[in-house]
Amino acid sequence: MRLDILNRGYRPGTKMLFAIIRVFSGRPVPDAAKLVFYRPDFYGARAKDFTHEALRGPSAWSVGDRELMAAYVSKVNESAFCVGAHTATASRAYQDRAKVQAVLSDLDSAPIEEPLLATLRMLGKLTSEGTVSAGEMREVLAAGASRQQVEDALAVCVAFNTTDRLADAFGFEVLSQDGFDAGAKYLLRRGYR
Amino acid sequence: MPDEGNKRAAHQALVDRVLAGEGRAPAELRAHAFGNEGLTSPLDSLIGKVAARPAQVTDADFAAAKASGFSEDQLFELVICAAVGQSTRLYEAGLAALADATGNEEAG
Repeated sequence: MRLDILNRGYRPGTKMLFAIIRVFSGRPVPDAAKLVFYRPDFYGARAKDFTHEALRGPSAWSVGDRELMAAYVSKVNESAFCVGAHTATASRAYQDRAKVQAVLSDLDSAPIEEPLLATLRMLGKLTSEGTVSAGEMREVLAAGASRQQVEDALAVCVAFNTTDRLADAFGFEVLSQDGFDAGAKYLLRRGYR
Repeated sequence: MPDEGNKRAAHQALVDRVLAGEGRAPAELRAHAFGNEGLTSPLDSLIGKVAARPAQVTDADFAAAKASGFSEDQLFELVICAAVGQSTRLYEAGLAALADATGNEEAG
């Protein structure tokens, strides 16, 4: 990562934890996990709470749907690490990698339900342009997403607009497909806390 | 809705912490990074990229900010403030559009 403190600035107990994870998983700790362990009182503790609530808290959207939103928002932001991580997690949650790839390569022709399609389109517009109109929101609601689902989707969008920026600014190392798949397994078992 | 209240509250707790809690960078500077406004060169370039085109941040952006006197811990905080600030503006814009679309029922 671009800041030495994020590579080497951890307390002894945290370094020990990283070493244990490395031994048991056979892989180094991913940069996304390292970031939330650095001075967790400043960012990591509350970021984990919010991200977990958005991605795993109560919602009419499935975990797969919300991981797909994370992957899609990350694609709009061109955040390579987060696209890889959440493509793998959505694919595993759905047990359908082709569906996730279809959404990421051409949203409009992807084989997904209308409420999810319209919601992803709105999140993409908000992410790329910073704004969305009331008329565009009405289209999402007319497509069948409830008001609560739109609010839940906005929370996912916000969590990943934060994480994508930090991944790219701090320079998270992009993992191999195996590394992303291992991370996906962990995120589906344990969530973000 | 209680669950959405939790999401909003968890987000607000993060915003409050990075802006108002203890930090190595002065709170006023963290607020400027959050708002992506009122910063001087070269910090303005790094923070502007984090807010608008994060994939274009380079090693040179950090090197320039460090050379101008900022510590790594200060840059850690200011980059986080910039990221949280931009995403908070997106949240507010989305919730405001949703409120307009549904006849200004409480959404914010």
